[in-house]
Amino acid sequence: MSEITDGILQAVHLIVTLDPEVMQIAALSLFISLMATIIAALISIPLASLIHFSDFYGKRAVIIIIQTLYSVPTVVVGLVIYLLISRSGPFGFLGLLFTPEGMILGQTVLIIPIMTGLIISALNGVDRGISDTLIALGATGPQKILEILKEARYAILSAVVLGFGRAIAEVGVAMIIGGNIRGDTRVLTTAITLQTGMGGFGLSIALGIILLSVALIVVVALNLITYSLSRDAQWIMGGTRG
Amino acid sequence: MIRIERLTRKIGTIETLHEISLDIRKGEVFTFIGPSGSGKTTLIRLIDLLDSPTSGSIFFDGQDTSTSESGRLVIRRRMGMVFQKPSVLSTTVANNVAFGLKFRGVDRTQIREKVRSALDLVGLAGFEDRRASTLSGGEMQRVALARAMVTEPEVLLLDEPTANLDPVSAELIEDLILRINKKFRTTIVMSTHDMIQGQRLADRIGVIMDGSLVQTGTASEIFYQPRGRDIARFVGIDAITGGVVTENAGGHVSIRVEEVYFEAMTDLGKGRKVTLYIRPEEISLTPAAAVPIKSSVRNQIHGRIRKMVPFGPFVRVSVDCGFLLTTLITRRSCTELGLDVGTEVVAGIKATAIHVLPDEGMKTLS
Repeated sequence: MSEITDGILQAVHLIVTLDPEVMQIAALSLFISLMATIIAALISIPLASLIHFSDFYGKRAVIIIIQTLYSVPTVVVGLVIYLLISRSGPFGFLGLLFTPEGMILGQTVLIIPIMTGLIISALNGVDRGISDTLIALGATGPQKILEILKEARYAILSAVVLGFGRAIAEVGVAMIIGGNIRGDTRVLTTAITLQTGMGGFGLSIALGIILLSVALIVVVALNLITYSLSRDAQWIMGGTRG
Repeated sequence: MIRIERLTRKIGTIETLHEISLDIRKGEVFTFIGPSGSGKTTLIRLIDLLDSPTSGSIFFDGQDTSTSESGRLVIRRRMGMVFQKPSVLSTTVANNVAFGLKFRGVDRTQIREKVRSALDLVGLAGFEDRRASTLSGGEMQRVALARAMVTEPEVLLLDEPTANLDPVSAELIEDLILRINKKFRTTIVMSTHDMIQGQRLADRIGVIMDGSLVQTGTASEIFYQPRGRDIARFVGIDAITGGVVTENAGGHVSIRVEEVYFEAMTDLGKGRKVTLYIRPEEISLTPAAAVPIKSSVRNQIHGRIRKMVPFGPFVRVSVDCGFLLTTLITRRSCTELGLDVGTEVVAGIKATAIHVLPDEGMKTLS
């Protein structure tokens, strides 16, 4: 039990003293996972819209495949990407293996299915009457899609937050593609794995707490952004959100 | 304004609308009435170009609407639509009303002005900054009306706009519809299953049953001269079947039903089997003991009260005269005349109040 209290004390100490190595690891974790989240969102929102707003044969099957990919193990994604970008792989020439860029790629691939699937659910959750109303009000196709995306903004935010959570918490991709190179590709989760293996439980707990603190900052920021997006829709009367 | 030609819509093998042809005139209030599920919503959605017909055409202001999607958008933007269930977007009232203008690229200062006057029109001035989702059903429907009117449409479509509302809110919406029609000369096409509402609002009424337009006419034509037993039942008239014309003197006829003779007006000749339709409120009842010997009312039919059912401020009285005659009497006169089940009464009916149609036999629709 003392490891946990030790860990908490150590975490406070590391944060207060701004330990340079820990700060560098935390910053890299944040950077990689945030980039992966942004890229995945930029792909998932249009992709989910495309799937939701078009009718095609096999739509149900596509959604089932996407939902199945929610369960893909991070190590499997890591392994597949590793094989693709290793020196002898088809994308070996890009030199992405054991780089932060490679890790961003891996985490992006990892979270696209869950983000896309949940955004499709978010769009399904918007009342059908809204779509009819927008068309009847004279919306063009793109105008209608934009308003429905805005209407689903909070549910879409949840999808993005969940994607970020899966990215920053995963070990498989970071370990296999990044390689846990100190000062280069070491992130919070791989550092925890290493420390635990070496018996440094206190430091592991401390890193875990720091990881959650980073997540807290990101989630608060994403919520603020979504909130301001809905305020953006207030321009007409310049009123406040009641 | 809108010409509909042989419009049919099928979903799978089921025909939800069958060969509807109709002209809706500029500036009129045209109401579709019919039971739930008869196809009114389907028809209104087709008119707003939200769906496409299986066959047949709709012409808007002389222009064929079966054109490209962008062409349909241009036509659709000349119409406004209010749905039965108002859908508001989760933003302010003002933004909800502004959507149509925003989609049309109107600039912000103009939007602000037009939104204000649209809200003023529906009596929601000052509601601009309220969250639309916090409004009551009646207020939401008024927002929907303002939202449709803000773009100054030539045609306003309303699909059962008051079906989910309380009577007070419904009346408010009805008044607004009439005001819009008078003030802006907007052509109004609406649907309702409430025949009283149809009567109150419409210049002309189209009756839709089982996907077919079975009768078109003014309110009084539909209510006093229904073209068939199903329409009659829908507008609140019970048919008296089994009549035979026994005499016709220049349109003035005598019709025998069971042992009773009616005087009525029709061109149908002697020997024709007919059905009689009499609006229940056109029949007066007097206790048999108190009938004056001379009366200007031609038909004086004796019977006995079989059943009395309260109906708002009225009582529906069924009188057994060998056949059942349904009448609608105010509660007050019921008490004053001392009417009760079993009372012997005389039913007075003017010859002109009897609508005579050829017998339909057992089939229900012509």
